[in-house]
Amino acid sequence: MHDPETLIRKGLPKGHFKDLAVRLMLGITTYCIVIIAALLFFKIIKDGVPVLFTAKAPFVDLGFLLDKNETLHVFDDAQGLRHQLPASQYSDYIKSHGEAPIYNEQTFSYSGGGIIGPIVGTALLTIGSMVLALFFGVSAAIYLSEYAKQSPFIHAVRIAILNLAGIPSIVFGLFGFSVFVLAVPVITSTPSDRSLLTLPLFIGDAVLSFQGWNSSLIAGCATLACMILPVIITASEESLRAVPQGFRDASLAMGATRWQTIRTCVLPFSMPGILTSSLLAITRVAGETAPIMFTAAVAAKDDLPWQALANPFDLLSSQVQALPYHIYTLAARIPASEYTQRAQYGSVFVFLILVATLSFGSMLLRAKLRAKLKW
Amino acid sequence: MSVSPQPPAIQVRDMHFHYGPTCALKALTLDVAERQVTAFIGPSGCGKSTLLRCFNRMNDEIPGARVTQGSIHIGGIDIQDRSVDVVKLRREVGMVFQKSNPFPRSIFDNVAFGLQLHRMASRSILVQAVEEALVSAALWDEVKDRLHESALGLSGGQQQRLCIARSLAVKPRIILMDEPCSALDPIATAKVEDLIRTLRQQYTIIIVTHSMQQAARVSDHTAFFYLGELIEFSGTLKLFSNPAHKLTEDYLRGTFG
Repeated sequence: MHDPETLIRKGLPKGHFKDLAVRLMLGITTYCIVIIAALLFFKIIKDGVPVLFTAKAPFVDLGFLLDKNETLHVFDDAQGLRHQLPASQYSDYIKSHGEAPIYNEQTFSYSGGGIIGPIVGTALLTIGSMVLALFFGVSAAIYLSEYAKQSPFIHAVRIAILNLAGIPSIVFGLFGFSVFVLAVPVITSTPSDRSLLTLPLFIGDAVLSFQGWNSSLIAGCATLACMILPVIITASEESLRAVPQGFRDASLAMGATRWQTIRTCVLPFSMPGILTSSLLAITRVAGETAPIMFTAAVAAKDDLPWQALANPFDLLSSQVQALPYHIYTLAARIPASEYTQRAQYGSVFVFLILVATLSFGSMLLRAKLRAKLKW
Repeated sequence: MSVSPQPPAIQVRDMHFHYGPTCALKALTLDVAERQVTAFIGPSGCGKSTLLRCFNRMNDEIPGARVTQGSIHIGGIDIQDRSVDVVKLRREVGMVFQKSNPFPRSIFDNVAFGLQLHRMASRSILVQAVEEALVSAALWDEVKDRLHESALGLSGGQQQRLCIARSLAVKPRIILMDEPCSALDPIATAKVEDLIRTLRQQYTIIIVTHSMQQAARVSDHTAFFYLGELIEFSGTLKLFSNPAHKLTEDYLRGTFG
């Protein structure tokens, strides 16, 4: 028999210290993560802000945003004064100073000038791959959720798509390289030597040559689109399914065809969900290095993608610089020093701002659509 | 109830219906009278909604669901025939669902939906047609000042009458109602029932209902279904006061179901 004194014990309950310990441990783990994230942002902001922002108007170093990449020359002049000049200003300096000797010259590739090349490259890659991925992804999602009969085969297709999402991005990079860069068919009159197969087309001297698109904007966009497709398909399908069946029934019962129903009563209401998935996709596409390093990106390029083109369509087959690849190049290829920091952290900071802006913009758009199309 | 002078609006002859291997309706034969209200009653799963959805071929949307034998004629045409244009059929045979399902758009857009879908009206006629449909659905006075506000701001009963207005707008001849009042309170139900009695003068109405009182209040004819079979079909007064079948009597008395 328990007597009341032992049942309602005075003092601390039995498991108290264990509970406290668990609570403490979980708390510490959580705050460790917060600290790591805070340190990361602190480091980037501390080193990035001085690069991008200046003390006097217009308060932003437009040169860093709008100039092309150049090699940075670091040297001392005869008075022992240290100069850091990008290649173009360096040659002017040498010209104007004639015979004056310089000492301790060092060069750092890609570290001078600005990063307009990587910025527009990343923008083009992101826009191109999102256009491709949204077109194919939303089409597939509509087919899977609205048209396909729910058979074992369709189930298998869905699982295959889900599995695709788990493949590392470098594998997509290699896939894109072997397929889009080296193997997809193009129509040309001068097939390349490494063409896998040429088929005559009987129109002039044009042949269908399986020689790929080379390393190019379009090959990079296609690879990035492949990588992001599973995310877009899965999320789009989910948001299509979230639209109440009643909308479809009402529309069909009014005599609308399947496609009319989808266009007027299903797609508009699933747009916020599809946008959410694209928002995640955009930030991932913009940030990936592995899929583009073999398919589209170059470390240095004198012209912006649309400059020096014979015709506008050559834009698709030109190589581009890209922010993540630029950061990789700066970090991995040249010895790090105080002179390369500006380019490195400036790029990282600009990149963060771009991604944050994109996210914020998509969130606003989604909130606006939600308010208009909620049910 | 005397034999109506007009030919029946819908003729069902020896129809069998299956969901995959499951038989949902057996050897069904019935005539639905033109410009009258016909009620389908019976316990859940007896096939009354399935039959209703046969009339506008909404069962086409359900995989594996099909009429396996027999025929359904509407206006003298076998609607199971491959050559039948489902779009036109559904314009002739409107449907109101159990759960009111207005689109999350403006009241005007909801009613105009069908007309715009079929490009049946220019902009000026559209305004007129929307007003007519809302007047017919006895909703005009309540919504005329807020046509461009969201339909979701309406009460449940108003939403259901909006759905009725939406189907009236394309000028069908037959309106199918699948338990239209099951989610409504008694006052809203009374309004919808009043509406049904008014619409009866112009439209052939079939209403599926779980409320026997409702069937008694609004319908001219009542069909009682049980386990996929039509047990009894006669004038509402007769069926409720003097059912021919033991099963019908038991159901009406609430002995089962």
